[in-house]
Amino acid sequence: MQISVTVNGVVQERDVDPRTLLVHFLREELDLTGTKIGCDTSQCGACTVHLDGKALKSCTLLAAQADGANVTTIEGLAVDGEHHPMQTAFWENHGLQCGYCTPGMIMATTAFVKDNPGASEEAIRHNLEGNICRCTGYHNIVKAVKQVADAAAGGD
Amino acid sequence: MWPNKFDYQRAESVDQALELIGDEGKFLAGGHSLLPVMKLRLSAPEQLVDIGRIDSLRGISADGGLTIGATATHAEIAASGDVQSMCGALADACGGVGDQAVRNFGTIGGNIAHADPASDPPTVLVAAGASVNIQGSDGSRSVGAEEFFVDLFETALEDGELITSVSVPDLSGQKTAYAKFPHPASRYAIVGVAVALSMDGDTCTGASVAVGGATVKAVKCAGAEAALAGSSLDDAALNAAADMAKADIADWLAGDVAYPESYRQQMAGVYLKRAVKAAAG
Amino acid sequence: MSTRIFGSGIKRREDPRLITGEARYTDDIKLPGVLHMAVVRSPYAHANIVSIDSSAAEAMDGVVAVFTGEDVDLAGIPTAWLIPDSDLKTPEHPALAKGKVRYVGDGVAIVLADDRYTAQDAADVVDVEYEELPVVVDPEAAAQDGAPQLFDDVENNIAFRWVMGDKTASDGVFNTADVVVRDKIVQQRLLPTAMEPRSAMAQYNPATQELTLWCTSQNPHIHRFIISAVTGLNENKVRVIAPEVGGGFGSKIPCYPDEALVSWAAIKLGQPVKWTETRSENYQITIHGRDHIQYVEMAASRDGKLLGVRATVYAGMGGYLSTAAPGIPTILHGLLYVGPYMMDSVYCESIGVMTNATPTDAYRGAGRPEATFLLERMVDMVAKRIDMDPAELRRMNLIPAFEDGHEVATTLIYDSGDYPAAFEKALGIAGYDDFRREQAEARGDGRYLGIGITAYTEMCGLGPSQVAGAVGFQGGLWESATVRVTPTGKVQALIGASPHGQGSETTLAQIIGDELGFPVDDIEVIHGDTTETPMGWGTYGSRTTPVTGAALAKASQKLKEKARVLAAHLMEAAVEDIEYADGSFSVKGSPDQSQSIQDVALMAHLAWNMPEGMDPGFEESQFYDPPNFVYPFGTHIAIVEVDANTGDIELKRYIAVDDCGPQINPEIVAGQIHGGVVQGIAQALCEGVIYDDNGQLLTGTMMDYTMPRADMFPNFELGETVTPSPHHPIGVKGVGETGTIASTPTVYNAVLDALTPFGVEGIDMPMTSAKVWQAIQSAQS
Repeated sequence: MQISVTVNGVVQERDVDPRTLLVHFLREELDLTGTKIGCDTSQCGACTVHLDGKALKSCTLLAAQADGANVTTIEGLAVDGEHHPMQTAFWENHGLQCGYCTPGMIMATTAFVKDNPGASEEAIRHNLEGNICRCTGYHNIVKAVKQVADAAAGGD
Repeated sequence: MWPNKFDYQRAESVDQALELIGDEGKFLAGGHSLLPVMKLRLSAPEQLVDIGRIDSLRGISADGGLTIGATATHAEIAASGDVQSMCGALADACGGVGDQAVRNFGTIGGNIAHADPASDPPTVLVAAGASVNIQGSDGSRSVGAEEFFVDLFETALEDGELITSVSVPDLSGQKTAYAKFPHPASRYAIVGVAVALSMDGDTCTGASVAVGGATVKAVKCAGAEAALAGSSLDDAALNAAADMAKADIADWLAGDVAYPESYRQQMAGVYLKRAVKAAAG
Repeated sequence: MSTRIFGSGIKRREDPRLITGEARYTDDIKLPGVLHMAVVRSPYAHANIVSIDSSAAEAMDGVVAVFTGEDVDLAGIPTAWLIPDSDLKTPEHPALAKGKVRYVGDGVAIVLADDRYTAQDAADVVDVEYEELPVVVDPEAAAQDGAPQLFDDVENNIAFRWVMGDKTASDGVFNTADVVVRDKIVQQRLLPTAMEPRSAMAQYNPATQELTLWCTSQNPHIHRFIISAVTGLNENKVRVIAPEVGGGFGSKIPCYPDEALVSWAAIKLGQPVKWTETRSENYQITIHGRDHIQYVEMAASRDGKLLGVRATVYAGMGGYLSTAAPGIPTILHGLLYVGPYMMDSVYCESIGVMTNATPTDAYRGAGRPEATFLLERMVDMVAKRIDMDPAELRRMNLIPAFEDGHEVATTLIYDSGDYPAAFEKALGIAGYDDFRREQAEARGDGRYLGIGITAYTEMCGLGPSQVAGAVGFQGGLWESATVRVTPTGKVQALIGASPHGQGSETTLAQIIGDELGFPVDDIEVIHGDTTETPMGWGTYGSRTTPVTGAALAKASQKLKEKARVLAAHLMEAAVEDIEYADGSFSVKGSPDQSQSIQDVALMAHLAWNMPEGMDPGFEESQFYDPPNFVYPFGTHIAIVEVDANTGDIELKRYIAVDDCGPQINPEIVAGQIHGGVVQGIAQALCEGVIYDDNGQLLTGTMMDYTMPRADMFPNFELGETVTPSPHHPIGVKGVGETGTIASTPTVYNAVLDALTPFGVEGIDMPMTSAKVWQAIQSAQS
């Protein structure tokens, strides 16, 4: 079937098998391989992207369902070559090791902080329930997100 | 993984959806209950009819009670001021489904049609005395939530029928709460208890209680309700209600190797008390 | 002033590509004309294959070929750790099962198709008829007479029986000791769960007969070695590339059938072939960790002197012997039975048993967590038996500080340690005495707090190679590296090891920058491609910083000496008058005259004016074979609260004081500890494989297998002591596994401490709320 999805600001028109998952559409059709696959069951969050501004596990949506929608992936997060503050915070706080969960982590937490500026550490830890990291023990991820959440609330 | 092959059609209206759906077809809303089982190839419908863009199935309205469109997402319900004031327990339950990304796209209609016994909204809908509004090619009907959930992954929906909305009574005069013990891996409920209490001062004049997670479906707990009604929700009443709740669900228990039935049954008692305290608190 | 880059927690050089999604992992790499491979896997844990009908699959659009075990002419997948003196059997492991399957997930056939969806569809319709056989998954049960037999030539399923220590002497100690405590400990199976599932893609050029294999590997040179052996291709015609690799934790050390099969299919079909496992597949076929049933005893004197430990271990190997599997519950386990304690008697009998389950192999810590757990469990039991505070018992038995070698009863020679210093520091951070008061008060209020302490040391930084040979490891354990400086003064460091998340591109650049004075941003650490990099044995066993780091430090030091001589020549000064600071050479007494390291590098390349006898170029290679293991150590403390109504455990505080010698990048060290600690805590609290009696994996997805989440943990409280390794060129020790090794018993003991009022003696891990609650009920009834 024919679909049209705006991905990172570019309209992408493709003919897809209806069963194509959005994550495979992004990775295979558009070669946007920053979005990862880490589980089969919507648990790990490695595939998180934004669909019309909301965090979505792109393994749990058909590309067909995204027809007409606006999708942002990790590749589209930086603006004019400038890292998004969450990308910077992950880098500065050593919030990643192998990097595989990182795109999903960053996409999930940017959406979270946008809706929850000034979020507490407890709220940040709770919100990370949809994203699994095997390397960092979450400690520095929480630190990174807290830095951005504080800044978003007008803190220092 | 990924699903088996299927035909896909997008419906623009409920009538069109009912027209399109075939014998081996399923309706697709957010897909957050259906696609996971299709990806594991535990389910392989030959046809999906996408109802995600039908305007009449969307939104939440409040007029003496709540009418929640079938494709309202968990996140919308959790954030709705109307839901929070008329049935706070439902807002809490929907706010605890899956994780934020799942709540953003998973819908109440898809959730209850799937009828996972460990999911959160069904338990609250049963306690709240909600009803499920269903449209078929022969017309529409409304089924009480307690009758709607028949058994494990089994509902009163007939082939070809579509959930259009859920009606929830205005419980703003009552105290409601949902207390959940989440499974550490899936975040589904090991046990979830919903209560709605009518209070006259410190006295509970009536109670509605439902338990999920520990059971094959959300179960209404008449014994626990009787134990709470007329009490001042003191420790003795709570203990009695907890014991009754465990008895109320005895015929419906579910469990697995990690969290066996016996444990879940006991936890239903513990979480009943927590739910009552949260509601009354 | 000299500012050292060594010791600075600089941002990682890996991260710009990772935070932007630009990094390319194996499955991200596309080749034109690539075929996708799906594997038909056995749904039975033990069965004979009666027939395979692939006609329906072959008839599907987009399917190129289907092959079975009879078609595939590959040599068996080898076991590469042949432990001596153990009557080791190495049963054949064909890349696809021939006649019989031995665990759920065992490969039966492969499908090659134009895309991965079609490949899986076709795999689903390959019709395999099986004759089911009796199943055994419990390693102790599998070793008994009458148990189902996996292999005709492995009697009682016993692949090896390894003994350490003198039984008679050990018996003597235990027969005369005042106190003997004992327990059966189950080290449950764990799923390594690197977030990147395994993937492999092969391309073959028939004209040159060269095979290129991209794969998720911790050790591409070992993969080359094994792929060469199983395909019969010359090793110099095999190129293995481990691109970005998303974690391993041991699970990407072994060579699996899948890597061999994509290679074989690419050669056979003349088209590139790719395979990427799904998470469900990963949980079925990628190695599992642990799986010990241990019968453990400790002897002590009435006044608290630890006298000895002994254990019989049944170690589940699964359906085949994976690459390093025999070495894990033996060499890497028994040799750690003394831990950080003065204890003169050790005895271990470890029995490796074939079972109808996924093969096991090295998983973060690999043998050492299982040893540390049993020691710390026993120490707490002794403390309880003799009614001594567990901190005091540890304190009085710790080996006193030593700087240069301490031989222990297992024959290991620990390199350096100051266990009491780390121990007291951790107790200080925790406020141990205050906690005991708080605990007593809380119990009065019906709240159950507990504290657990682990003092540990561990052996890592594997080799030396001579030891590897002596213990049957079929490889060396040295590393090699080349430091290559370009004419414009930029550095390429080529290493044989293959980091996959450890931050080694940063840590190793800091070593070079510190030795040679190049800015870290001018240093690229290149790894993962057998054609580009010198030979190395890989990244595991907390060895890349100590072993590769030593090779790089020594190569850099050689370059510095060359630079000093050349600088002296260029400045017409005597070599002994040359002073070096911050990447610049100057002549003593005339500071105006200087040559930067970049100037010298350029002149070495130009070679217009070289000293007599000096070769041109500015590049040094170095092999480094460590003279001993390194032995990091420390003390961890956990404080928990148990909800007696539900059995739910809250981890309230976690304190880790670790000593890995001088820290090159403290932020990276901390990250290794955080991650390791969480992995170890997860073993205590939530992770555990469950098989049913038919060998079906009940924890087959993340819906059922509990991966640790952020909300289970407090912020960790880290401390450190610094005790350099005496034998290492820059004194450093490994730190990749310490967290995992120390944290499991720490949290376990804390939970049991909390449950003391109920009289709970033990709970099998993981200590889920259901098990804790049941233990409380059972103890009270």
